[in-house]
Amino acid sequence: MNAALREPPRGGTGNIWLTLAALSFLGLFLAVPLIVVFSEALSKGAGAYLAAITNPLALAAVRLTLLVAAVSVPLNCIFGIAAAWAIAKFEFRGKSALLTLIDLPFAVSPVIAGLVFILLFGNNGWFGGFLMRHDVRIVFAVPGIILATIFVTFPFVARELIPVMQAQGKDDEETALSLGATGWQTFWRVTLPNVRWGLLYGVLLCNARAMGEFGAVSVVSGHIRGLTNTMPLHVEILYNEYNIAAAFAVASLLALLALLTLAAKSYLEWRQPELRRAPTQARSHGRTLRERS
Amino acid sequence: MSIVPAVPFGSRAARRSVIPGFGLTLGFTMSYLSLLVLIPLSSLFVRSLGLGWQHFWEVATTPRVLAALRLSFGASLVAAAVDAAFGLLVAWVLVRHRFPGMRLIDAMVDLPFALPTAVAGISLTTLYAQHGWLGRWLLPLGIKVAYTPLGVIVALMFIGLPFVVRTLQPILEDLDREVEQAAATLGATTWQTFARIIMPSLWPALLTGFSLAFARGVGEYGSVIFIAGNMPMRSEIAPLLIMTRLEQYDYAGATAIAVIMLLASFALMLGINALQSWTLTRHGET
Repeated sequence: MNAALREPPRGGTGNIWLTLAALSFLGLFLAVPLIVVFSEALSKGAGAYLAAITNPLALAAVRLTLLVAAVSVPLNCIFGIAAAWAIAKFEFRGKSALLTLIDLPFAVSPVIAGLVFILLFGNNGWFGGFLMRHDVRIVFAVPGIILATIFVTFPFVARELIPVMQAQGKDDEETALSLGATGWQTFWRVTLPNVRWGLLYGVLLCNARAMGEFGAVSVVSGHIRGLTNTMPLHVEILYNEYNIAAAFAVASLLALLALLTLAAKSYLEWRQPELRRAPTQARSHGRTLRERS
Repeated sequence: MSIVPAVPFGSRAARRSVIPGFGLTLGFTMSYLSLLVLIPLSSLFVRSLGLGWQHFWEVATTPRVLAALRLSFGASLVAAAVDAAFGLLVAWVLVRHRFPGMRLIDAMVDLPFALPTAVAGISLTTLYAQHGWLGRWLLPLGIKVAYTPLGVIVALMFIGLPFVVRTLQPILEDLDREVEQAAATLGATTWQTFARIIMPSLWPALLTGFSLAFARGVGEYGSVIFIAGNMPMRSEIAPLLIMTRLEQYDYAGATAIAVIMLLASFALMLGINALQSWTLTRHGET
């Protein structure tokens, strides 16, 4: 749709030097750091690379990262669907306040996101005594890591899905209901297929952040090797031990995940151009969509 | 809900939708939001109230805390400003110029969003360290990036760039070319057209992108701690100081810094909200 718009103007602004300047900047600031990851990872040869990523502690980190994502992404996905349904299909007071609150975790530093769970569930936290008496460990254990991950990835699915559902309107659902479909049937057969690309887009971004989160997880993890070390934390430990090649080997797996995420994201944007938009808030976008329609 | 015989006009019940699930979805949304975000965040404020104003002020204004806050906010400000300049250039080129591999490069702009921060952190550090690909050229020139405040700025620039580019792109795409062409036919130079015609409609978006990059930079942790060197009073960022206080079981200290940062972030978020509605109204007019 941008073919006509993207045509270079005739007024002389199509300057080759501007293009070169932009490309050199991007090369230096984005491409080179990415290349360094792979070049350092393979600096000691393929054997050392394979040994580093098949190390039992590295594998334990991979397993934990997958587990954390497997719990936190579906939960945030269900939340995103519920929030989008309530916000897009109904009018109620306080809707814009709710949208601001959903975006709140994006305004919070990851370290603070970890800190709040220490204050709640740590030994001298609000529930610390209760948890200790019942021998439940949340902080410095897997549940804390999952909670912190849910916190930092909280808005991803909701903020992608809300504008998509708002744009869809509610005519399709009202038709299905008037033809005798139940609420659940309407949701599974009408709403979900309508918004599936938006949902997938949100899940993709949520998953990338969940697997790559470092700050929040670092606060609550306790860094117990083989037990509470996720992949990013394992990278940090190896790096701080001057085991640089191994650190970059594990980091290269995360970089591959990032590249796959970008590829899938571009594919989804190509299928559904309206998914591509400024990193602004769902509310503002919802407003534009409604104004345009 | 009870059956009300006469529904006053305009009341909620009169406008009730035929679509089911309002109570269920809003109820779930509110409970999930409260349990996982609101209650945990409020624990921070309740804790800091428990400190008492005097104590709070004492732990929040030690020289080390002030230096860390100054670095976090200062470096983010500089990084966001540099990102605004280069982000404008990148967005302009991606929207207005055509060259081979453009789609690939456009997708690459999101790399800082997708790449885990720890990976970015160790990669940038290796790159700018003494023997790194870039460090070995910069050091003889007297430019020391790794383990200095400059390194903090470089890491925050990496993290913040996509915010500026992605905020500007849609606005640039929607700009009316005919106005520029009219300006050119009336004798305006390229720079005049840029300064008088294009920039006025870009300002709100540019400022929004700048603020988003700034807000992200203030709280950033993973990409910074490797390259910063983390020397107290010099290259120690505020989130790291929270971490250090926690490791020393100094919960009061950690809470106080966190509350200050959080209040600043909320203020920024409200500012960004206002900016965005400004962008939208400005954008709607064009």
